[in-house]
Amino acid sequence: MGDCQDSGQKRWDHLRKVLERPGPFCHPDFEPSSDILDFIMTACKVLVVGAGGLGCEVLKNLVLMGFKQIHIIDMDTVELSNLNRQFLFRRKDIGCSKAEVAADFINKRVSGCHVTPHFRMIQDYDDLFYREFHIVVCGLDSIVARRWVNGMLVSLLNYEDGVLDQTSVIPMVDGGTEGFKGNARVILPGMSACVECTLDLYPPQITYPLCTIANTPRLPEHCIEYVKVVQWPKENPFRTLLDGDEPQHVSWIYEKSLERAAQFNIPGVTYRLVQGVVKNIIPAVASTNAVIAGICATEVFKIATSCCVPLNNYLVFNDVDGIYTYTYEAEKKENCLVCSLIPQTITVKDPTKMKLKEIYTLLTDSAQYRMKRPGLTTNINGKSKTLYLTALRCLEEKTRPNLSKTLEELGLSDGSEILVVDDTSPNTMIIRLKYLSGDVEMN
Amino acid sequence: MIKLFSLKQQKKDGETTPRAGNQKKASAAQLRITKDINELNLPKTCNTEFPDPDDLLNFKLIICPDEGFYKTGRFVFSFKVGPNYPHEPPKVKCETQVYHPNIDQQGNVCLNILREDWKPVLTINSIVYGLQYLFLEPNPEDPLNKEAAEVLSSNRRVFETNVQKAMRGGYVGGIYFERCLK
Ligand SMILES: [Zn+2]
Repeated sequence: MGDCQDSGQKRWDHLRKVLERPGPFCHPDFEPSSDILDFIMTACKVLVVGAGGLGCEVLKNLVLMGFKQIHIIDMDTVELSNLNRQFLFRRKDIGCSKAEVAADFINKRVSGCHVTPHFRMIQDYDDLFYREFHIVVCGLDSIVARRWVNGMLVSLLNYEDGVLDQTSVIPMVDGGTEGFKGNARVILPGMSACVECTLDLYPPQITYPLCTIANTPRLPEHCIEYVKVVQWPKENPFRTLLDGDEPQHVSWIYEKSLERAAQFNIPGVTYRLVQGVVKNIIPAVASTNAVIAGICATEVFKIATSCCVPLNNYLVFNDVDGIYTYTYEAEKKENCLVCSLIPQTITVKDPTKMKLKEIYTLLTDSAQYRMKRPGLTTNINGKSKTLYLTALRCLEEKTRPNLSKTLEELGLSDGSEILVVDDTSPNTMIIRLKYLSGDVEMN
Repeated sequence: MIKLFSLKQQKKDGETTPRAGNQKKASAAQLRITKDINELNLPKTCNTEFPDPDDLLNFKLIICPDEGFYKTGRFVFSFKVGPNYPHEPPKVKCETQVYHPNIDQQGNVCLNILREDWKPVLTINSIVYGLQYLFLEPNPEDPLNKEAAEVLSSNRRVFETNVQKAMRGGYVGGIYFERCLK
């Protein structure tokens, strides 16, 4: 167990055949070597985001492919309904952290593995945490979370004179499934299409016209949606927000939906359907998860070893009726709000003297920017702050006093980022402040 | 396609230059709403209010129509922009009680782009124009207030009188409306 000569074991022979010999499908820069397997086993740090249906599969695949330095993060706990497909969990684990149970299971089962669990929200960690990884692989069911990880990885990019420093790129492999459909993609932040570039690809939540559900319901879903959207806020039966995990709430919606369905002679309202509509659940299919996770793990392996050219860059999979896959290259959007942002540095001699007005004037007057009416916002300790916005009178009046404040008074510090939006460009610009005073470590 | 890691620079820990400040970054939703707001081009009948200027995700839109049935009225809408914007539309409620075929007593608004026809390319501006249009052309085909819709399709004069009555403050069809004249 935990033997450092692990890579010499016979069980890795199949990997060695791929990593220690050239082949027709190799990456052009691939140099076969026994060091590659060592890299996977000792140095390559992979973060698995999500320990659910996809996460369990991805984790298992990665460790059986030789990856050992794996971290897994998930804030959820094991539920009874997970047990049919999230195979690292047992009945006794119900209520425990998914990340911890999964890590524990793998560490016991696969010798020499060091899976580190994080029973946390992805947002609990900052750039210092994410920066540590070579590759991040996501198995999430939430678009918000995907967008967050994507934004984080993009923000880790370093640019020197506007040119991307490729060593700062942390590839993101992202899998997603919905019933019998799935997709897998490889994102090289700053280089290929990111989550935000292709936001329109994500299917919108199913919604029904409000007037239809209010007046001419035809489907059982219309009745449930009406109770959820109109009746709940109106009657507020439990004096709290609707919680789809609260059986009392779901029962209330169920009963009211039955009443409404009876009124319009609509059959088909069941408790399960109510749960589905309220929580927006699409049934998870174990085989789809297995396929997508297999593809994701393979991509991680390809990126880590360069033994093969990675997926370029978006694969869709569908096994509703037979099996169908298709791969295409999603295009990077030139004006992507997230990955087209290249930070510009502004050097500040004395933040106790420099006023926001000076930055504003620089943006409007200097030949480099020539902006018309830039809007400036920032984030201070995780809270957004509007520095100056001119588009709306009410905001302009409230934020105008900021112009005559110094950067220090505004709470800006060395490394702070100011977002700049302006009519002259479809892109948002990021200004990174670099303070010269008290700057010991730089250079 | 690049080869991302050469084996020489395989060690990750400790090699990165620590950068000052772990301030959280603006979320994608925040980036987008800032842009939307900076590009807002309000018609002269509309105004906004930001109770907290640092919070661009929650604000109010005030519409004072200058023509149509609702001329001289003042209607307040609350906008709540969620973390999944623009994948999901903002939540918009009418805070003013209004006698309108497409707005109900709870302030729900039947406007297609607020629900089923929302697309990420749409902006806050699109919604502002959509709402403004609702006051110029109330639509009896998509009713939320069925009674008002029926009156509008059967007798526009009666509808007009009802709107006036409601805006001055009073009962229409057994429902009390608060005064909302400008
Ligand atoms: Zn992008």
